[in-house]
Amino acid sequence: MSTVEASAAASSPKRKGQPLLKLEGLVKHFPITRGIIFQKQVGAVHAVDGVDLEVYPGETLGLVGETGCGKSTLARVAMRLYEPTGGRVLFDGQDITGVKGDELRAIRRDMQMIFQDPYASLNPRKTIGTIIGAPLRLHRTVPKDKIKPEVQELMQLVGLNPEHYNRYPHEFSGGQRQRIGVARALALKPKLIVCDEPVSALDVSIQAQILNLLSDLQAELNLTYLFIAHDLSVVKHVSDRVSVMYLGKIVETADGDGLYKEPKHPYTGALLSAVPIADPRLAKAKKQIILEGDVPSPIDPPSGCRFHPRCYNAQELCSVEEPELREMGPTHVASCHFPLETRIIETSVNPEPRSSS
Amino acid sequence: MAEPLLEVRNLSVHFPTEDGIVKAVDGLSFSIQPGETLGVVGESGSGKSVSFLTVMGLINRKSALVEGEVIFQGQDLLKLPGEELQAIRGAKIAMIFQDPMTSLHPFYRVGDQVAEAILAHEDISKKEAAKRSVEMLGRVNIPRPDERARQYPHEFSGGMRQRAMIAMALSLNPDLLIADEPTTALDVTVQAQILTLIDRLQSEFNTAVALITHDLGVVAEHCDHIQVMYAGRIVEEGTGDDIYYNPMMPYTWGLMRSIPRLGAETDRLTPIMGSPPSLIHLPDGCSFSPRCPYVFDRCHQEDPALIAVDGRHAAACHLPLEERDRIVAEEVLSTS
Repeated sequence: MSTVEASAAASSPKRKGQPLLKLEGLVKHFPITRGIIFQKQVGAVHAVDGVDLEVYPGETLGLVGETGCGKSTLARVAMRLYEPTGGRVLFDGQDITGVKGDELRAIRRDMQMIFQDPYASLNPRKTIGTIIGAPLRLHRTVPKDKIKPEVQELMQLVGLNPEHYNRYPHEFSGGQRQRIGVARALALKPKLIVCDEPVSALDVSIQAQILNLLSDLQAELNLTYLFIAHDLSVVKHVSDRVSVMYLGKIVETADGDGLYKEPKHPYTGALLSAVPIADPRLAKAKKQIILEGDVPSPIDPPSGCRFHPRCYNAQELCSVEEPELREMGPTHVASCHFPLETRIIETSVNPEPRSSS
Repeated sequence: MAEPLLEVRNLSVHFPTEDGIVKAVDGLSFSIQPGETLGVVGESGSGKSVSFLTVMGLINRKSALVEGEVIFQGQDLLKLPGEELQAIRGAKIAMIFQDPMTSLHPFYRVGDQVAEAILAHEDISKKEAAKRSVEMLGRVNIPRPDERARQYPHEFSGGMRQRAMIAMALSLNPDLLIADEPTTALDVTVQAQILTLIDRLQSEFNTAVALITHDLGVVAEHCDHIQVMYAGRIVEEGTGDDIYYNPMMPYTWGLMRSIPRLGAETDRLTPIMGSPPSLIHLPDGCSFSPRCPYVFDRCHQEDPALIAVDGRHAAACHLPLEERDRIVAEEVLSTS
């Protein structure tokens, strides 16, 4: 299949041998049923619709896209929290698509998740010692009497005071709660951590603390991240490679710089243009692309290229033939019949500090 | 400079609670010129929403101690009786909120909700109000506004609902629009649509806008004047160029160094240490002192006043100006 080859061509700068996580033609449809007793399927939400993706050991792959583009569903299918409708999930070279029971539990030790909302993802009635220690108890990786010291070590590792072992989540601020979530994800010493919007609920000053913590931990523990977010500036900052998703498909993958300096897919261009830049002069220098309308319904995706109804470069071909992911550079793939050739964001006009006025 | 449209003088909003008095806003003074866009940035709990809710008269005076003056077109809104305030609120000052899902009534048609705002202030027939509401929905770029006006909020997407809220807010041609995190719940592409729409309507209607947000990118792109809030006060204000290229206060420096930006190469972010102070027990002296890397004795003893650096650029910091110039040049701008 040419798409598979193309996505493999978008290799990672940190690419070392086997990908840790590999998705092949992954499909997840949620059925829509009608009727009460005799339920019959009348349609499906095409949440993930044929995705090929590779995450290499030690790298951070960023996944961006708008609400409803299927990025969280993709992560959940990859972690086997949802059953895929089609396609294969390979983890560390092993096909885990049909794995069940104890075998699945064993694999889950190596893949953990950090969630968006640090207020909703911690049980308010449990002490944080219990919360962080839960994976250790469930998977019995550590003898019972060693759990407490192990948890306290984890707390230290993520910058929490180990003496707070017996406190409850409400006693912590948002940033500290997110640290608790990180400690819990680290408890089983996983290889892959899926970070699903880990900083979007946090204030900017706290966001930077968590992003730095994640990058320190990655260097220290040789972790691999699948980093999902809607904020492109955050994703660019943390990721080695970035994939852009639109309506259940990946439309572009490139290394961080390539994506920002030379976006190929018009959707990527529009996303880049929409991100507000905290620098008035850079902001003025960027190209204005305002997309019209909203994301179409994933129940009945548009024909041909899924982006064509909103695309500012669309031509006749786009509504007829679906473009495949093809190589646009050594570490760059995109699916577009008429790729962009211009920059959206200037990167070098970092201005001189104003002397005085 | 022309007479300001809104002038807030020494505003304090304190909420007595069982644990003590929460000083949500503490001695806040600022002004908005007619037709200008004021950006208000700050983290959660910095008092940015509370101060503007107070301007709108939406703070329950039974549960809050409000002091100071809010002068709008020559009148002190805090002293106006309810009825007169009602005539100004909605008609002269309008507000849009963060969550368009919860600020529209789910049981009423969108067109009727926009018309209701018009009927509340103007003595016109229902038919005319309905016509105006359709016209307003059209002006905020809602396609097929006559059909859309007959639909319910659940039939609208998030961006469309926010457009409907803007249509409602602008239907009476207010002089001041307060936008409290209007795009925080929206995707970036929709955010860009809404912000350009606000920009366009602002020049069409010559409305002043107070844009409250935590996003430093949004203010950089859309605001004439920016004020940075911390623990219920303004710690720095100035134009976009002042704030982004010549910031004069350690908290602003911290913000600049802690955000990743597209276009700029940053290897590592420099977060602000610690977390925002409790508004019940504010630190002595400067409220940023416990987190400030440049703190010295005086910061713990004396609260710095907001002092003009030049023109409307002002900052609240005890550090000598030359020292701040040096730090900005050597540490802040070089890393960002």
